[in-house]
Amino acid sequence: MAQTHKQKRLSAWSTPILLIAILAVFTLLVTLLGDNSLARMAAQTLIRVTFVVGLWIFVGNSGIVSFGHAGYMAVGAYCSAWLTLRPQMKGMFLPDLWPFLATAEWSVFPAAVVSGLLAAFIALLSGAAILRLSGIAASIATFAFLAIVYTVYSSWEGVTGATSSVVGLTRYADQWVTLGWASATILAAAWYANSASGLALRASREDEVAADASGINMYRHRLIALVVSAFFAGVAGALFGHSLGVLNPNSFYLGVTFITLAMLVVGGIGSLTGAVMGVLVLSIIIEALVRMERGMEIGEATFALPTGAQEIIIGVIMILVLILRPTGLTGGRELRLRIGGR
Amino acid sequence: MNATPQLLFDALSLGGIYAMAALGIALIFGVMKLVNFAHGQYIAFCVFALIVPSTDAVAVMFLGKAPAIILIPVLLLIGAAIAVASELFVFRHMRNATPVAMMVSSFALGFVIQNTLLLIYSSRPKAVSLWPELNQPVSIIGASIPLLQIIVIFTTLLVVVTLALLLKRTRIGLEMRAAAENFTMARLLGVRANVVITGAFALSGALAAAVALIMVTQTGVADIRMGGQIMLVAFIATVIGGLGSLPGAVAAGFLIGAASVVLQGFLPLEARPFRDAFLYTLVIVSLLLKPDGLFAPRSTKPRV
Repeated sequence: MAQTHKQKRLSAWSTPILLIAILAVFTLLVTLLGDNSLARMAAQTLIRVTFVVGLWIFVGNSGIVSFGHAGYMAVGAYCSAWLTLRPQMKGMFLPDLWPFLATAEWSVFPAAVVSGLLAAFIALLSGAAILRLSGIAASIATFAFLAIVYTVYSSWEGVTGATSSVVGLTRYADQWVTLGWASATILAAAWYANSASGLALRASREDEVAADASGINMYRHRLIALVVSAFFAGVAGALFGHSLGVLNPNSFYLGVTFITLAMLVVGGIGSLTGAVMGVLVLSIIIEALVRMERGMEIGEATFALPTGAQEIIIGVIMILVLILRPTGLTGGRELRLRIGGR
Repeated sequence: MNATPQLLFDALSLGGIYAMAALGIALIFGVMKLVNFAHGQYIAFCVFALIVPSTDAVAVMFLGKAPAIILIPVLLLIGAAIAVASELFVFRHMRNATPVAMMVSSFALGFVIQNTLLLIYSSRPKAVSLWPELNQPVSIIGASIPLLQIIVIFTTLLVVVTLALLLKRTRIGLEMRAAAENFTMARLLGVRANVVITGAFALSGALAAAVALIMVTQTGVADIRMGGQIMLVAFIATVIGGLGSLPGAVAAGFLIGAASVVLQGFLPLEARPFRDAFLYTLVIVSLLLKPDGLFAPRSTKPRV
């Protein structure tokens, strides 16, 4: 029973290592055993891991549900497109870009980092206002933020192409690149959750009044968490654009907001393990159902689900999980090794 | 043409629809702290209940053929039925869950309803002509107003007054107000929890049906996505009105309707596509000034 402080810290660090190992095994299996479409699905899943773990850094530690992270994702995705697209293409499709962006032709990695930084900067600005609120009012304000980003990006013809898609992005985000970013996000999330700021924030999540009385500046720690969290949401956006090669404002609105929140809640909002597991479990189920919709041969007969049945089944599974395990599949526990004495 | 009365009527009728949708969400939030994201899909469901199930582009009327005196009560019952059913099958099992888990499951339920509609009716919007004569303009104090707008305004008034009477004068209304104030205490004092919650869901579903009727008459289109936008606005209205406050939800619904009509009317032409961005900025500003909502009930203030 008597674990020393050092042993506890070590066993806390075993969580991210184990999670990264699971993702690496998943990617390796898919690459060795699957076809190209399965590899693309793995890349999409790892992008979602990056996004959902990024979202967890804020939501899991602060307890405030954010509907706005898809907005940070959009900011990152378009920023990377502005930086990496060939100048001729930008001249044609995005004529009103500022001169230094119109001529920019960056390579992909620095572009992804800068996209994350821009998203983090936007988070600093928007969070400075939004996080003065608490509870459900803060959630609504993040919703309003998402609607503002969506309206701006889907109406700003000369800079974002409005509702017509931006095409021609380099498709470099395969399963290995995305595995790298997902791992980096998991490490950052574990580091933040165990940092002084993360612990203070979780104290304020459990009891606002007590944390306040203990001298915790809730506003500052929430803002720090939001900025870190938005960085990875922005990177996930950049990766998203470079995995499909196409960008459209509709990809970053209510649909993605809800499916990613669902992954977080189904996995278990209380733990990092929950965030990763939620993405893996729901992504695998979605992929299996999509394949069944296309038709599957069982013996002589071809068995196919009707189109649209996939979404209905996903919805029913989500409801059942939430009814049977309201704290999510992991119930707030972390996957960790016990190191040292017992 | 006179612009001011025109704007006034536009604001009142748009606000009336928002107010009715917001009331539907506020009623349920009040008794069980559930933010019901499926509300928009109740609206879409009621619209599609009017037409024969098929994937054709032009809708064949089914219930929609019935005379108004049958159609309206039956549709209100359908709305109440789907809301009560969702309570029975989903939310009843989640009484002890966290508000976040309930919110996500209500979203999942909306997702299921929407995709069921998609499966039956396809994603193409359908032309529906229900009471087209109501869109005839009539002229009032120098403005020409579609008859429907006037009906919407009066319906909202009627609904709000009826609801107020129901809440003040009947036993179930008294129990609902008690439950909204402090659910645990109300139960200890003998409030019948299941009756109150089922009642709130039935009322909320009937409100969704009323919104559905107005929307389909106004736009002449049935689209499986039609509930989403209005639900968002209604959800925001319940929060800036003060969560759990029914008069607040109504007032905020009207306020948002008025703000969006005014922005549409007075923004410079090149800024008009960005209208919603301005509207939602106003929402954030209003929350910053009044974090508990414009008409916060006393129960929402934390005691320190």
